[in-house]
Amino acid sequence: MTQHWWHVAISWGLAALGFGGMAILAAWRHAAAKRDLARLDPRERRRA
Amino acid sequence: MPPVSTPAPPSAPPSAPPSAPPSAPPSAPPSAPPSAPRPLPASPARRPGVPPAGGGLHRFANPGRFLRLTDRVLPWLWGAALLVLGAGAAWALLFSPPDWQQGETVRIMYVHVPMAWLAMGGYLGLAIASLMSLIWRHPLADLAARELSPVGAMVTALCLATGSLWGRPMWGTWWAWDARMTSVLVLFFLWMGHAALVRAFDEEERGARAGAILALIGAVNLPVIKWSVDWFNTLHQSASVTRAAAPGMHVDILYPLMVCALGFGLAFAALVLARTRAAVMERRVRQLQLAQARRHDGGAAEK
Repeated sequence: MTQHWWHVAISWGLAALGFGGMAILAAWRHAAAKRDLARLDPRERRRA
Repeated sequence: MPPVSTPAPPSAPPSAPPSAPPSAPPSAPPSAPPSAPRPLPASPARRPGVPPAGGGLHRFANPGRFLRLTDRVLPWLWGAALLVLGAGAAWALLFSPPDWQQGETVRIMYVHVPMAWLAMGGYLGLAIASLMSLIWRHPLADLAARELSPVGAMVTALCLATGSLWGRPMWGTWWAWDARMTSVLVLFFLWMGHAALVRAFDEEERGARAGAILALIGAVNLPVIKWSVDWFNTLHQSASVTRAAAPGMHVDILYPLMVCALGFGLAFAALVLARTRAAVMERRVRQLQLAQARRHDGGAAEK
């Protein structure tokens, strides 16, 4: 792979890492909050 | 069943009718003296579920309503982002031509330019949210600004990194203290500063207000970034797309750039919305934990 393609691959890889990492973090926070809400909120418990 | 504790929108008109003139005895019908100003008509009884007058964005201050709306919107937003970004990446990496001068490295542009637009556009959004927070005390604007700045810092860091990866083969250097690059570096520090400042206070509201002030002051950097390539003698070239005449780019390169910018823009919006949604739920969890602790203390005191 040429030097140019290495730089292109690293650039796109960093973008995927950045957006992907933050999306996974947001999904994890969302799941944790949903679990806590189901435990604490009687309304959520009945709806679940 | 405890009603959902929804904070009344700050600008909601007081529901209690204006107090009767003090001189009138409570039992007697209030006879308004001619000179006294006519009491304001009592605000019409609001039908449940109807937002107060001037609901506007305050409708979304209600956590329940915000969660129901984002529950419907987010799957479509993520789907559209992945679809457009997938098409854009394939077009940019496989089907668009190499540049006659820059060769394959031009494919870095399809990441670098959208990140630059999101870094600056995102900061403009942060400044608007900060304005809404300071002027209208909109509770959701605080949360959105708090969740926006880490994402803004990430795209600005990507802008600097991909610019450096592009600059090394094209300019022969990873970095130069050029006006455009330096002002974007300052933007990165502003994003990081806001993300840290809003989390530095025990009281969330004080942190939000301090962050809002920083965000508004830092907005002065946006025109400096935009026009730095015209005001100063910079290594970084001047605008190629957003030019008064017409984009100075062939359509074979301009169209995939637009698709990539749309895809990254949708992903950015979905990310900020998902983080804000998680923050609203986390705030609700803290409220319930507090209420549970109070009930527990109350029970222990009775024993």
